[in-house]
Amino acid sequence: MKPEINQSLGEANMARRSFLRYAGASAATVAVMGVAASCKKDRGVTVDGTIDIGSGDIGILNYAYALEQLEAAFYLQVIATPYSGISSIETSYLTDIRDHEVLHRDFFKAALGTSAIIGLTTDFSSINFSDRTSVLSAAKLLEDTGVTAYDGAGYLIKDAGYLTIAGKIVSVEARHAALISNLLVAGSFAASDQVDANGLNKAASIKDVLAGANGFLKTKVSASKF
Amino acid sequence: MNLFEIIDEIEKVDPEIHERLNPRRAAIKNITSFGSKVAVAAMPFALGTLFKKAYGQTATPSVFDVLNYALTLEYLEAEYYNVGTSRGVIPAANSAYMANIARDENNHVNFLRTVINSSGGTAISKPAIDLSGGNGSGTGPYAGAFTNYDLFLTVAQAFEDTGVRAYKGQAGFLAGNKTVLTAALSIHAVEARHASAIRQLRFNRGATTTKPWIVSTASLGNDTGVAGVDGNYAGEENTVQGGVDLKSLGSIGVVTASFDEPLTKDQVLALLSGTFLVKR
Repeated sequence: MKPEINQSLGEANMARRSFLRYAGASAATVAVMGVAASCKKDRGVTVDGTIDIGSGDIGILNYAYALEQLEAAFYLQVIATPYSGISSIETSYLTDIRDHEVLHRDFFKAALGTSAIIGLTTDFSSINFSDRTSVLSAAKLLEDTGVTAYDGAGYLIKDAGYLTIAGKIVSVEARHAALISNLLVAGSFAASDQVDANGLNKAASIKDVLAGANGFLKTKVSASKF
Repeated sequence: MNLFEIIDEIEKVDPEIHERLNPRRAAIKNITSFGSKVAVAAMPFALGTLFKKAYGQTATPSVFDVLNYALTLEYLEAEYYNVGTSRGVIPAANSAYMANIARDENNHVNFLRTVINSSGGTAISKPAIDLSGGNGSGTGPYAGAFTNYDLFLTVAQAFEDTGVRAYKGQAGFLAGNKTVLTAALSIHAVEARHASAIRQLRFNRGATTTKPWIVSTASLGNDTGVAGVDGNYAGEENTVQGGVDLKSLGSIGVVTASFDEPLTKDQVLALLSGTFLVKR
């Protein structure tokens, strides 16, 4: 079977066709996978309504999807109800960030397909969206958390391709984080609250990140397999 | 169907798929002392290449190779800011701001040297560097960077964005290695903070099309307006992630700014060797 895989998959970038050709090697296999895929649609919802991210690489990707959902919802609100005194450049920056986070969210949803957790309901009652400091402080918290989350969970990703995708996103989150920090306190883009004495950004465990993120979520998220 | 699901599904018929993709992953998982040379297979994120490599072995760099490569880049960055500081190109109003970056880059050099040497490897010495990009002549295209602050910042931006891309390109070789991968990702994030900070500074000084993130067009990754660094941004215009073409989900500017792309070691060294890294 292995030599056949090399021949059939070696060159194509047409993922679907190649995969189907591979899968087509066994009709029974296709049937088994069809059942497995359909079983996954309710993945992650536990009895009390908490969403579990699941296990393995898909679990980590769902973890990222959960955080991107949270960030996207936050910036959608920021742009829908701008804080008083917002400058035109701040509007421009925050609109860009909203667009990036919405795209990250939509990307994970599309890429995870039937393996994706459901859409989460947020709770931003602790944020005063009309107040600049309240909004930017929350933005800083979300962006800094995003960076520490990707950095801290990277080693759990088994597949190097997924790992690279996480890397592609985390540096954009770090760009956001640096900007937001500078908007709050000029020159604080790499301050000691986030960057240590070795010049390393902080990294955080999944449990610590979710403990913080759940403060902004009505739908709670858990990571029982990690 | 997409790549995330494909791997998931293949695992059902080939439980060892992950081992094929990262043959020695298990051997290095959560390693806390990397005293022996450890090779990890990794693959570009193109399905065809991915499976070709998964089912047919190719040579991969050791962890020390990756770290010494990172150290080379950090030597270069640290030197750039150290010389910029000593030559007085940074105005007083920006000196504290830029000192943050110089501090981090020097810390990266020290950190990587310590990690490599304390783990049984040998940290490379500082290479011969020509900050003008002139391969030792001192008269390369960026010779004016230490008398022209805007040029200094432009080159700094290219260094930082390239640094981000270079670290990202090595992540796959460190998959599963809690200590080294986490450290590399943590440096990578700091380089991205720097890139953002320098881009903001350039915007504030009149580079009004410069954003904290890299905004590519459909045909050109480079958003600096300096054609000489096109290679540093090659591929940033990519819109396909994990088998999903994101063009249907957003504008080119948004799609390209939302994902920073990697560069391979060969790509980076081709840009630096014979220019900033002196090749005799």
